[in-house]
Amino acid sequence: MNFDIIAPAALCAAMLSACATPISDAEAERAAVGMLKASFKPQGQAGVDRLNQDEVQALCSRYPNGLPKDLAEKLEKTQLATIRYPASGKLMGDWREGERIAQSGVGKQFNDDPKGPSGGNCYACHRLSPRELSFGTIGPSLYQFGKQRGTGDAVQRYAYGKIYNSEAFSACSNMPRFGHNGILTEEQIAHLVALLLDPDSPVNK
Amino acid sequence: MRIDRLPAMMLAALLPCFVAAQQDTQKEIERYRQLLQDGNPSELFEARGAEHWKAKRGPKNTSLEQCDLGLGAGVVKGAYVRLPRYFADSDKVEDLESRLVTCMVALQGLTPEEAKRRPYSGPGQPSMMADLVAWIASESRGMKIAPPQSHPKERLAYQTGEKIFFYRAGTHDFACATCHGEDNKRIRLQDLPNLTNAGDAQRAFGSWPAYRVSQGEVRSMQWRLYDCFRQQRFPEMQFTSDASVALTMFLAKRAEGGTFDAPAIKR
Ligand code: HEC
Ligand code: HEC
Repeated sequence: MNFDIIAPAALCAAMLSACATPISDAEAERAAVGMLKASFKPQGQAGVDRLNQDEVQALCSRYPNGLPKDLAEKLEKTQLATIRYPASGKLMGDWREGERIAQSGVGKQFNDDPKGPSGGNCYACHRLSPRELSFGTIGPSLYQFGKQRGTGDAVQRYAYGKIYNSEAFSACSNMPRFGHNGILTEEQIAHLVALLLDPDSPVNK
Repeated sequence: MRIDRLPAMMLAALLPCFVAAQQDTQKEIERYRQLLQDGNPSELFEARGAEHWKAKRGPKNTSLEQCDLGLGAGVVKGAYVRLPRYFADSDKVEDLESRLVTCMVALQGLTPEEAKRRPYSGPGQPSMMADLVAWIASESRGMKIAPPQSHPKERLAYQTGEKIFFYRAGTHDFACATCHGEDNKRIRLQDLPNLTNAGDAQRAFGSWPAYRVSQGEVRSMQWRLYDCFRQQRFPEMQFTSDASVALTMFLAKRAEGGTFDAPAIKR
Protein backbone atom coordinates (compact mmCIF):
# COMPACT_ATOMS: atom_id res chain seq x y z
CA MET A 1 0.00 0.00 0.00
CA ASN A 2 1.30 3.40 -0.91
CA PHE A 3 1.01 5.49 2.23
CA ASP A 4 2.23 8.66 0.61
CA ILE A 5 -0.92 8.81 -1.46
CA ILE A 6 -3.43 7.15 0.81
CA ALA A 7 -2.67 8.97 4.03
CA PRO A 8 -3.56 12.50 2.94
CA ALA A 9 -6.68 11.24 1.19
CA ALA A 10 -7.79 9.35 4.28
CA LEU A 11 -7.12 12.39 6.39
CA CYS A 12 -9.26 14.48 4.09
CA ALA A 13 -12.10 12.01 4.30
CA ALA A 14 -11.86 11.98 8.07
CA MET A 15 -11.86 15.77 8.40
CA LEU A 16 -13.98 16.61 5.43
CA SER A 17 -14.49 20.27 6.21
CA ALA A 18 -10.85 20.98 6.94
CA CYS A 19 -9.91 20.08 3.38
CA ALA A 20 -12.74 21.96 1.76
CA THR A 21 -11.78 24.39 -0.97
CA PRO A 22 -12.16 28.09 -0.18
CA ILE A 23 -15.66 29.44 -0.58
CA SER A 24 -16.53 31.26 -3.76
CA ASP A 25 -16.10 34.98 -4.17
CA ALA A 26 -19.84 35.57 -4.17
CA GLU A 27 -20.22 33.55 -0.97
CA ALA A 28 -17.42 35.53 0.68
CA GLU A 29 -19.16 38.74 -0.35
CA ARG A 30 -22.43 37.61 1.20
CA ALA A 31 -20.64 36.51 4.38
CA ALA A 32 -18.89 39.89 4.59
CA VAL A 33 -22.10 41.86 4.21
CA GLY A 34 -23.86 39.79 6.88
CA MET A 35 -20.89 40.16 9.18
CA LEU A 36 -20.70 43.91 8.69
CA LYS A 37 -24.37 44.37 9.47
CA ALA A 38 -23.97 42.51 12.75
CA SER A 39 -20.81 44.37 13.75
CA PHE A 40 -21.83 48.03 13.89
CA LYS A 41 -24.23 50.10 15.88
CA PRO A 42 -25.75 53.49 15.09
CA GLN A 43 -23.87 56.39 16.59
CA GLY A 44 -24.65 60.10 16.29
CA GLN A 45 -25.64 60.88 12.73
CA ALA A 46 -24.24 57.58 11.37
CA GLY A 47 -26.97 54.95 11.21
CA VAL A 48 -26.32 51.36 10.16
CA ASP A 49 -28.02 52.18 6.86
CA ARG A 50 -24.67 53.66 5.88
CA LEU A 51 -23.49 50.08 5.41
CA ASN A 52 -25.93 49.58 2.54
CA GLN A 53 -24.19 50.03 -0.79
CA ASP A 54 -25.52 51.81 -3.83
CA GLU A 55 -24.74 50.43 -7.30
CA VAL A 56 -21.45 52.28 -7.62
CA GLN A 57 -20.19 51.22 -4.24
CA ALA A 58 -21.14 47.59 -4.80
CA LEU A 59 -19.61 47.40 -8.24
CA CYS A 60 -16.38 49.18 -7.27
CA SER A 61 -15.97 46.93 -4.21
CA ARG A 62 -16.33 43.87 -6.41
CA TYR A 63 -13.55 45.02 -8.75
CA PRO A 64 -10.78 46.38 -6.50
CA ASN A 65 -8.34 46.44 -9.42
CA GLY A 66 -10.59 48.50 -11.67
CA LEU A 67 -13.76 47.89 -13.66
CA PRO A 68 -13.78 46.24 -17.08
CA LYS A 69 -14.09 48.93 -19.75
CA ASP A 70 -17.74 48.34 -20.66
CA LEU A 71 -18.88 48.45 -17.04
CA ALA A 72 -16.80 51.56 -16.41
CA GLU A 73 -18.36 53.39 -19.34
CA LYS A 74 -21.84 52.40 -18.25
CA LEU A 75 -21.22 53.53 -14.70
CA GLU A 76 -19.83 56.90 -15.81
CA LYS A 77 -22.87 57.45 -17.98
CA THR A 78 -25.39 56.78 -15.22
CA GLN A 79 -23.41 58.93 -12.80
CA LEU A 80 -23.14 61.78 -15.29
CA ALA A 81 -26.94 61.83 -15.44
CA THR A 82 -27.13 62.50 -11.67
CA ILE A 83 -25.31 65.82 -11.80
CA ARG A 84 -27.55 68.80 -10.98
CA TYR A 85 -26.22 72.21 -11.92
CA PRO A 86 -27.49 75.24 -9.94
CA ALA A 87 -30.69 76.77 -11.32
CA SER A 88 -29.04 80.18 -11.19
CA GLY A 89 -26.47 78.95 -13.69
CA LYS A 90 -23.76 80.50 -11.53
CA LEU A 91 -20.98 77.95 -11.13
CA MET A 92 -18.28 80.22 -9.68
CA GLY A 93 -18.51 81.53 -6.12
CA ASP A 94 -15.91 83.12 -3.86
CA TRP A 95 -12.48 81.46 -3.76
CA ARG A 96 -11.92 82.64 -0.15
CA GLU A 97 -14.93 80.62 0.96
CA GLY A 98 -13.67 77.81 -1.21
CA GLU A 99 -10.32 77.80 0.58
CA ARG A 100 -12.09 77.46 3.96
CA ILE A 101 -14.18 74.56 2.69
CA ALA A 102 -11.11 72.87 1.18
CA GLN A 103 -9.31 73.13 4.54
CA SER A 104 -12.12 71.76 6.69
CA GLY A 105 -12.25 68.04 7.40
CA VAL A 106 -15.33 68.30 9.57
CA GLY A 107 -18.47 66.44 8.66
CA LYS A 108 -20.36 63.15 8.52
CA GLN A 109 -18.25 61.31 11.12
CA PHE A 110 -20.33 59.88 13.92
CA ASN A 111 -18.78 62.31 16.39
CA ASP A 112 -19.38 65.37 14.19
CA ASP A 113 -22.22 67.79 14.89
CA PRO A 114 -24.83 66.99 12.21
CA LYS A 115 -26.14 70.56 12.29
CA GLY A 116 -22.96 72.29 11.12
CA PRO A 117 -21.95 72.38 7.44
CA SER A 118 -19.47 69.75 6.22
CA GLY A 119 -16.08 70.60 4.79
CA GLY A 120 -14.60 69.18 1.61
CA ASN A 121 -11.24 68.28 3.11
CA CYS A 122 -9.69 68.64 -0.34
CA TYR A 123 -6.24 69.19 1.19
CA ALA A 124 -6.41 65.69 2.68
CA CYS A 125 -5.86 64.37 -0.84
CA HIS A 126 -4.74 67.28 -3.07
CA ARG A 127 -2.17 70.02 -3.27
CA LEU A 128 -4.02 73.30 -3.99
CA SER A 129 -2.76 76.65 -2.69
CA PRO A 130 1.05 76.63 -2.55
CA ARG A 131 0.77 78.32 0.88
CA GLU A 132 -0.63 75.13 2.38
CA LEU A 133 2.25 72.71 2.83
CA SER A 134 0.24 70.09 4.68
CA PHE A 135 -1.47 68.39 1.75
CA GLY A 136 -2.07 64.74 0.94
CA THR A 137 -1.30 62.75 -2.20
CA ILE A 138 -4.22 60.37 -2.74
CA GLY A 139 -5.33 62.67 -5.58
CA PRO A 140 -3.27 64.63 -8.12
CA SER A 141 -1.93 68.13 -7.49
CA LEU A 142 -4.49 70.80 -8.42
CA TYR A 143 -2.01 73.64 -8.14
CA GLN A 144 -2.49 75.99 -11.14
CA PHE A 145 -5.58 74.09 -12.23
CA GLY A 146 -7.26 77.21 -13.66
CA LYS A 147 -4.07 78.63 -15.08
CA GLN A 148 -3.60 75.45 -17.09
CA ARG A 149 -7.17 74.80 -18.14
CA GLY A 150 -8.67 78.27 -18.42
CA THR A 151 -11.91 79.52 -16.92
CA GLY A 152 -14.36 78.99 -19.78
CA ASP A 153 -17.86 77.52 -19.40
CA ALA A 154 -16.75 74.01 -20.29
CA VAL A 155 -14.02 74.01 -17.64
CA GLN A 156 -16.44 75.43 -15.06
CA ARG A 157 -18.96 72.73 -15.86
CA TYR A 158 -16.31 70.05 -15.63
CA ALA A 159 -14.95 71.30 -12.28
CA TYR A 160 -18.45 71.63 -10.84
CA GLY A 161 -19.48 68.22 -12.15
CA LYS A 162 -16.30 66.55 -10.95
CA ILE A 163 -16.81 67.78 -7.39
CA TYR A 164 -20.52 66.96 -7.56
CA ASN A 165 -19.98 63.41 -8.77
CA SER A 166 -16.38 62.32 -9.42
CA GLU A 167 -17.54 58.88 -10.63
CA ALA A 168 -19.10 60.49 -13.70
CA PHE A 169 -15.64 61.13 -15.12
CA SER A 170 -13.56 58.32 -13.69
CA ALA A 171 -15.32 55.13 -12.61
CA CYS A 172 -14.40 53.93 -9.12
CA SER A 173 -12.42 57.05 -8.34
CA ASN A 174 -11.29 57.33 -4.74
CA MET A 175 -12.73 60.82 -4.61
CA PRO A 176 -16.05 61.17 -2.73
CA ARG A 177 -19.18 62.27 -4.64
CA PHE A 178 -19.61 65.49 -2.72
CA GLY A 179 -22.80 66.75 -4.34
CA HIS A 180 -24.47 63.45 -5.17
CA ASN A 181 -23.95 62.09 -1.65
CA GLY A 182 -25.08 65.29 0.04
CA ILE A 183 -21.77 66.20 1.66
CA LEU A 184 -21.55 69.70 0.14
CA THR A 185 -24.25 72.12 -1.03
CA GLU A 186 -24.47 73.69 -4.51
CA GLU A 187 -23.18 76.93 -3.07
CA GLN A 188 -20.19 75.29 -1.42
CA ILE A 189 -19.29 73.51 -4.64
CA ALA A 190 -19.42 76.82 -6.53
CA HIS A 191 -16.99 78.32 -3.99
CA LEU A 192 -14.65 75.40 -4.64
CA VAL A 193 -14.91 75.91 -8.39
CA ALA A 194 -13.75 79.48 -7.76
CA LEU A 195 -10.85 78.22 -5.66
CA LEU A 196 -9.79 76.06 -8.61
CA LEU A 197 -10.41 78.52 -11.44
CA ASP A 198 -10.46 82.15 -10.30
CA PRO A 199 -7.30 83.92 -11.51
CA ASP A 200 -7.10 85.64 -8.09
CA SER A 201 -7.20 82.32 -6.22
CA PRO A 202 -3.86 81.31 -4.67
CA VAL A 203 -4.23 78.06 -6.60
CA ASN A 204 -3.47 79.99 -9.79
CA LYS A 205 -0.66 82.17 -8.50
CA MET B 1 13.44 51.14 25.53
CA ARG B 2 11.86 50.37 22.17
CA ILE B 3 11.33 52.95 19.56
CA ASP B 4 9.56 52.28 16.30
CA ARG B 5 11.65 53.64 13.42
CA LEU B 6 12.29 56.73 15.42
CA PRO B 7 13.86 59.28 13.07
CA ALA B 8 11.23 58.85 10.39
CA MET B 9 8.50 58.81 12.96
CA MET B 10 9.73 61.93 14.71
CA LEU B 11 9.90 63.71 11.42
CA ALA B 12 6.40 62.68 10.42
CA ALA B 13 5.08 63.62 13.81
CA LEU B 14 6.80 66.98 13.93
CA LEU B 15 6.17 68.19 10.42
CA PRO B 16 2.56 69.29 10.89
CA CYS B 17 3.68 71.24 13.92
CA PHE B 18 6.30 73.12 11.90
CA VAL B 19 3.60 74.07 9.50
CA ALA B 20 1.13 75.07 12.18
CA ALA B 21 2.87 76.87 15.01
CA GLN B 22 6.46 77.19 16.04
CA GLN B 23 5.62 77.21 19.72
CA ASP B 24 3.81 73.91 19.64
CA THR B 25 6.74 72.44 17.76
CA GLN B 26 9.10 73.42 20.52
CA LYS B 27 6.83 71.84 23.10
CA GLU B 28 6.47 68.68 21.07
CA ILE B 29 10.23 68.37 20.66
CA GLU B 30 10.64 68.73 24.41
CA ARG B 31 8.13 65.97 24.96
CA TYR B 32 9.94 63.67 22.59
CA ARG B 33 13.27 64.40 24.25
CA GLN B 34 11.65 63.50 27.53
CA LEU B 35 10.25 60.30 26.10
CA LEU B 36 13.57 59.22 24.66
CA GLN B 37 15.08 59.48 28.10
CA ASP B 38 12.30 57.68 29.86
CA GLY B 39 11.76 54.88 27.37
CA ASN B 40 8.41 53.80 25.98
CA PRO B 41 5.66 54.65 28.47
CA SER B 42 3.92 51.53 27.23
CA GLU B 43 6.04 49.64 29.76
CA LEU B 44 3.86 51.05 32.53
CA PHE B 45 0.75 49.70 30.81
CA GLU B 46 2.44 46.36 30.24
CA ALA B 47 3.39 46.08 33.90
CA ARG B 48 -0.21 46.74 34.93
CA GLY B 49 -1.40 44.18 32.39
CA ALA B 50 0.83 41.49 33.87
CA GLU B 51 -0.73 42.19 37.28
CA HIS B 52 -4.29 42.03 35.90
CA TRP B 53 -3.54 38.61 34.41
CA LYS B 54 -2.79 37.23 37.87
CA ALA B 55 -5.48 39.10 39.79
CA LYS B 56 -8.54 37.19 41.04
CA ARG B 57 -11.71 38.75 39.75
CA GLY B 58 -15.40 38.21 39.04
CA PRO B 59 -18.08 36.07 40.72
CA LYS B 60 -15.76 33.06 40.51
CA ASN B 61 -12.89 35.00 42.08
CA THR B 62 -10.42 33.52 39.61
CA SER B 63 -7.45 34.89 37.70
CA LEU B 64 -6.90 34.65 33.96
CA GLU B 65 -3.83 32.45 34.42
CA GLN B 66 -5.60 29.40 33.00
CA CYS B 67 -6.80 31.27 29.90
CA ASP B 68 -5.84 29.49 26.67
CA LEU B 69 -4.72 32.08 24.13
CA GLY B 70 -4.17 29.36 21.54
CA LEU B 71 -0.90 27.80 22.66
CA GLY B 72 -2.30 26.01 25.73
CA ALA B 73 -3.71 27.14 29.07
CA GLY B 74 -1.64 29.94 30.54
CA VAL B 75 0.86 30.24 27.65
CA VAL B 76 1.36 33.91 26.88
CA LYS B 77 4.73 33.93 25.18
CA GLY B 78 4.27 33.99 21.42
CA ALA B 79 0.46 33.94 21.64
CA TYR B 80 -0.15 37.32 20.00
CA VAL B 81 1.66 36.54 16.75
CA ARG B 82 -0.50 33.40 16.27
CA LEU B 83 -3.76 35.28 16.59
CA PRO B 84 -6.47 35.57 15.41
CA ARG B 85 -7.17 31.82 15.43
CA TYR B 86 -9.97 29.32 15.72
CA PHE B 87 -10.94 28.13 19.20
CA ALA B 88 -12.95 24.94 19.55
CA ASP B 89 -14.52 25.91 22.90
CA SER B 90 -16.21 29.01 21.48
CA ASP B 91 -16.35 27.58 17.93
CA LYS B 92 -15.18 30.99 16.70
CA VAL B 93 -12.17 32.74 15.30
CA GLU B 94 -10.98 35.16 17.96
CA ASP B 95 -8.38 37.91 18.16
CA LEU B 96 -6.68 38.67 21.46
CA GLU B 97 -9.43 40.94 22.77
CA SER B 98 -12.31 38.62 21.89
CA ARG B 99 -10.36 35.72 23.40
CA LEU B 100 -9.86 37.63 26.62
CA VAL B 101 -13.60 38.30 26.76
CA THR B 102 -14.27 34.57 26.31
CA CYS B 103 -11.84 33.78 29.14
CA MET B 104 -13.28 36.42 31.46
CA VAL B 105 -16.73 34.94 30.95
CA ALA B 106 -15.70 31.29 31.24
CA LEU B 107 -13.08 31.51 34.00
CA GLN B 108 -14.14 34.54 36.02
CA GLY B 109 -17.91 34.34 35.55
CA LEU B 110 -18.30 37.86 34.18
CA THR B 111 -21.07 38.63 31.70
CA PRO B 112 -19.87 39.54 28.19
CA GLU B 113 -21.09 43.09 28.82
CA GLU B 114 -19.00 43.33 31.98
CA ALA B 115 -15.96 41.93 30.20
CA LYS B 116 -16.30 44.53 27.44
CA ARG B 117 -17.16 47.42 29.72
CA ARG B 118 -14.11 49.62 29.12
CA PRO B 119 -12.36 48.42 25.98
CA TYR B 120 -10.22 51.55 25.53
CA SER B 121 -8.62 53.79 28.12
CA GLY B 122 -9.31 57.50 28.50
CA PRO B 123 -7.78 60.36 30.45
CA GLY B 124 -7.57 59.24 34.08
CA GLN B 125 -9.46 56.05 33.22
CA PRO B 126 -7.15 53.14 32.60
CA SER B 127 -8.60 50.12 30.81
CA MET B 128 -7.83 46.66 32.13
CA MET B 129 -8.38 45.33 28.61
CA ALA B 130 -5.88 47.75 27.08
CA ASP B 131 -3.32 46.93 29.79
CA LEU B 132 -3.72 43.19 29.25
CA VAL B 133 -3.35 43.63 25.50
CA ALA B 134 -0.19 45.71 25.95
CA TRP B 135 1.41 43.09 28.15
CA ILE B 136 0.36 40.01 26.16
CA ALA B 137 1.50 41.63 22.90
CA SER B 138 4.85 42.55 24.43
CA GLU B 139 5.39 38.85 25.13
CA SER B 140 5.58 38.26 21.36
CA ARG B 141 8.20 40.89 20.66
CA GLY B 142 10.83 39.80 18.18
CA MET B 143 8.74 36.85 16.92
CA LYS B 144 7.44 36.24 13.42
CA ILE B 145 3.83 37.11 12.64
CA ALA B 146 2.18 33.78 11.81
CA PRO B 147 -1.63 33.66 11.97
CA PRO B 148 -2.90 30.12 11.43
CA GLN B 149 -4.96 29.24 8.35
CA SER B 150 -5.50 25.52 8.86
CA HIS B 151 -9.09 25.61 10.10
CA PRO B 152 -11.80 26.42 7.54
CA LYS B 153 -13.17 29.16 9.79
CA GLU B 154 -9.73 30.77 9.83
CA ARG B 155 -9.68 30.80 6.05
CA LEU B 156 -13.22 32.12 5.97
CA ALA B 157 -12.21 34.93 8.33
CA TYR B 158 -9.38 35.85 5.98
CA GLN B 159 -11.62 35.81 2.92
CA THR B 160 -14.37 37.87 4.52
CA GLY B 161 -11.78 40.21 6.03
CA GLU B 162 -10.45 40.84 2.55
CA LYS B 163 -13.95 41.63 1.27
CA ILE B 164 -14.49 44.03 4.16
CA PHE B 165 -11.18 45.73 3.39
CA PHE B 166 -12.44 46.56 -0.09
CA TYR B 167 -16.05 47.31 0.94
CA ARG B 168 -17.03 50.84 -0.05
CA ALA B 169 -19.99 52.46 1.59
CA GLY B 170 -21.23 55.50 3.45
CA THR B 171 -21.40 59.18 2.61
CA HIS B 172 -17.82 59.30 1.30
CA ASP B 173 -17.72 56.01 -0.67
CA PHE B 174 -14.67 55.02 1.39
CA ALA B 175 -13.25 51.55 1.94
CA CYS B 176 -10.10 50.71 3.89
CA ALA B 177 -8.51 50.37 0.47
CA THR B 178 -9.25 54.02 -0.37
CA CYS B 179 -6.63 55.08 2.15
CA HIS B 180 -4.50 51.93 2.39
CA GLY B 181 -4.50 50.45 -1.11
CA GLU B 182 -1.60 52.21 -2.82
CA ASP B 183 2.08 52.75 -2.11
CA ASN B 184 3.53 56.04 -0.88
CA LYS B 185 0.31 57.94 -0.30
CA ARG B 186 -0.46 60.28 2.54
CA ILE B 187 -3.42 62.19 4.01
CA ARG B 188 -2.27 65.70 4.77
CA LEU B 189 1.20 64.81 6.10
CA GLN B 190 0.36 61.42 7.59
CA ASP B 191 1.90 58.53 5.72
CA LEU B 192 -0.57 55.81 4.82
CA PRO B 193 0.64 52.22 4.80
CA ASN B 194 -0.42 50.19 1.78
CA LEU B 195 -1.89 47.29 3.72
CA THR B 196 -2.12 45.09 0.64
CA ASN B 197 1.66 45.17 0.32
CA ALA B 198 3.67 42.85 2.59
CA GLY B 199 6.37 45.31 3.67
CA ASP B 200 3.96 48.03 4.74
CA ALA B 201 1.54 45.54 6.29
CA GLN B 202 4.36 43.97 8.32
CA ARG B 203 5.50 47.33 9.66
CA ALA B 204 1.93 48.42 10.42
CA PHE B 205 0.62 45.20 11.98
CA GLY B 206 3.93 44.63 13.74
CA SER B 207 3.74 47.96 15.56
CA TRP B 208 0.27 47.69 17.16
CA PRO B 209 -0.69 47.93 19.99
CA ALA B 210 1.11 51.26 20.26
CA TYR B 211 1.67 54.00 22.77
CA ARG B 212 0.30 57.16 21.16
CA VAL B 213 2.15 60.23 22.28
CA SER B 214 -0.66 62.52 21.11
CA GLN B 215 -3.14 60.69 23.32
CA GLY B 216 -0.93 59.48 26.16
CA GLU B 217 -2.49 56.03 25.89
CA VAL B 218 -1.71 52.56 24.64
CA ARG B 219 -4.06 51.75 21.78
CA SER B 220 -4.88 48.28 20.48
CA MET B 221 -5.57 47.06 16.95
CA GLN B 222 -9.26 47.00 17.89
CA TRP B 223 -9.01 50.71 18.66
CA ARG B 224 -7.12 51.38 15.42
CA LEU B 225 -9.92 49.76 13.41
CA TYR B 226 -12.60 51.55 15.45
CA ASP B 227 -11.02 54.91 14.68
CA CYS B 228 -10.35 54.22 11.01
CA PHE B 229 -14.00 53.17 10.59
CA ARG B 230 -14.96 56.50 12.16
CA GLN B 231 -12.86 58.33 9.56
CA GLN B 232 -14.46 56.12 6.95
CA ARG B 233 -17.83 57.65 7.99
CA PHE B 234 -19.16 54.24 8.99
CA PRO B 235 -21.33 53.81 12.09
CA GLU B 236 -19.64 52.67 15.31
CA MET B 237 -17.65 49.45 15.17
CA GLN B 238 -18.59 47.22 18.06
CA PHE B 239 -15.71 46.01 20.19
CA THR B 240 -14.59 42.46 19.25
CA SER B 241 -17.28 42.22 16.55
CA ASP B 242 -16.88 39.52 13.91
CA ALA B 243 -16.05 42.07 11.21
CA SER B 244 -13.23 43.49 13.34
CA VAL B 245 -11.78 40.03 13.94
CA ALA B 246 -12.03 39.09 10.25
CA LEU B 247 -10.29 42.32 9.26
CA THR B 248 -7.58 41.66 11.83
CA MET B 249 -7.09 38.20 10.34
CA PHE B 250 -6.75 39.76 6.89
CA LEU B 251 -4.20 42.29 8.14
CA ALA B 252 -2.24 39.69 10.13
CA LYS B 253 -2.08 37.40 7.13
CA ARG B 254 -0.87 40.21 4.86
CA ALA B 255 1.81 40.87 7.49
CA GLU B 256 2.81 37.20 7.76
CA GLY B 257 6.53 36.65 8.18
CA GLY B 258 7.16 40.14 9.51
CA THR B 259 8.84 40.64 12.86
CA PHE B 260 6.49 41.74 15.62
CA ASP B 261 7.83 44.75 17.49
CA ALA B 262 5.01 46.13 19.59
CA PRO B 263 3.88 47.95 21.64
CA ALA B 264 5.58 50.61 19.55
CA ILE B 265 5.59 54.34 20.22
CA LYS B 266 3.76 56.56 17.75
CA ARG B 267 2.68 60.07 17.05
C1 HEC C 1 -10.21 60.87 -0.53
C2 HEC C 1 -9.51 61.53 -1.56
C3 HEC C 1 -10.01 62.78 -2.23
C4 HEC C 1 -10.65 63.88 -1.70
C5 HEC C 1 -11.05 64.11 -0.26
C6 HEC C 1 -10.84 64.80 -2.78
N1 HEC C 1 -10.35 64.28 -3.94
FE1 HEC C 1 -10.32 65.19 -5.77
N2 HEC C 1 -9.48 63.51 -6.59
C7 HEC C 1 -9.09 62.39 -5.90
C8 HEC C 1 -8.51 61.44 -6.82
C9 HEC C 1 -7.94 60.07 -6.44
C10 HEC C 1 -8.54 62.03 -8.10
C11 HEC C 1 -8.02 61.42 -9.41
C12 HEC C 1 -8.97 60.40 -9.95
C13 HEC C 1 -10.19 61.05 -10.50
O1 HEC C 1 -10.08 61.83 -11.45
O2 HEC C 1 -11.26 60.84 -9.97
C14 HEC C 1 -9.18 63.34 -7.92
C15 HEC C 1 -9.41 64.22 -8.95
C16 HEC C 1 -9.89 65.52 -8.80
C17 HEC C 1 -10.11 66.48 -9.86
C18 HEC C 1 -9.86 66.21 -11.34
C19 HEC C 1 -8.47 66.59 -11.70
C20 HEC C 1 -8.24 66.58 -13.20
O3 HEC C 1 -7.07 66.54 -13.58
O4 HEC C 1 -9.19 66.63 -13.98
C21 HEC C 1 -10.59 67.63 -9.29
C22 HEC C 1 -10.96 68.91 -9.99
C23 HEC C 1 -10.68 67.39 -7.86
N3 HEC C 1 -10.25 66.10 -7.60
C24 HEC C 1 -11.13 68.31 -6.93
C25 HEC C 1 -11.36 68.04 -5.60
C26 HEC C 1 -11.94 68.99 -4.64
C27 HEC C 1 -12.33 70.40 -4.97
C28 HEC C 1 -12.05 68.33 -3.47
C29 HEC C 1 -12.67 68.80 -2.18
C30 HEC C 1 -14.04 69.17 -2.20
C31 HEC C 1 -11.51 67.00 -3.65
N4 HEC C 1 -11.11 66.86 -4.94
C32 HEC C 1 -11.44 66.04 -2.63
C33 HEC C 1 -9.22 62.18 -4.53
C34 HEC C 1 -9.83 63.04 -3.65
C1 HEC D 1 -10.23 58.24 5.33
C2 HEC D 1 -8.98 57.61 5.49
C3 HEC D 1 -8.84 56.26 6.12
C4 HEC D 1 -9.63 55.15 5.99
C5 HEC D 1 -10.90 55.00 5.17
C6 HEC D 1 -9.00 54.11 6.77
N1 HEC D 1 -7.86 54.57 7.36
FE1 HEC D 1 -6.50 53.49 8.41
N2 HEC D 1 -5.40 55.15 8.73
C7 HEC D 1 -5.69 56.41 8.24
C8 HEC D 1 -4.73 57.37 8.74
C9 HEC D 1 -4.71 58.86 8.44
C10 HEC D 1 -3.81 56.61 9.54
C11 HEC D 1 -2.60 57.14 10.28
C12 HEC D 1 -3.07 57.67 11.57
C13 HEC D 1 -1.99 58.36 12.35
O1 HEC D 1 -0.81 58.26 12.05
O2 HEC D 1 -2.42 59.00 13.29
C14 HEC D 1 -4.27 55.23 9.51
C15 HEC D 1 -3.63 54.18 10.17
C16 HEC D 1 -3.99 52.85 10.06
C17 HEC D 1 -3.24 51.74 10.62
C18 HEC D 1 -1.96 51.84 11.43
C19 HEC D 1 -0.78 52.01 10.55
C20 HEC D 1 0.51 52.19 11.31
O3 HEC D 1 1.55 51.84 10.76
O4 HEC D 1 0.48 52.66 12.44
C21 HEC D 1 -3.92 50.59 10.30
C22 HEC D 1 -3.51 49.17 10.65
C23 HEC D 1 -5.08 51.00 9.54
N3 HEC D 1 -5.10 52.37 9.41
C24 HEC D 1 -6.04 50.13 9.04
C25 HEC D 1 -7.23 50.53 8.42
C26 HEC D 1 -8.32 49.64 8.08
C27 HEC D 1 -8.31 48.14 8.28
C28 HEC D 1 -9.31 50.41 7.55
C29 HEC D 1 -10.70 50.02 7.18
C30 HEC D 1 -11.52 49.56 8.23
C31 HEC D 1 -8.81 51.76 7.49
N4 HEC D 1 -7.57 51.81 8.06
C32 HEC D 1 -9.51 52.82 6.92
C33 HEC D 1 -6.72 56.74 7.40
C34 HEC D 1 -7.73 55.89 7.00
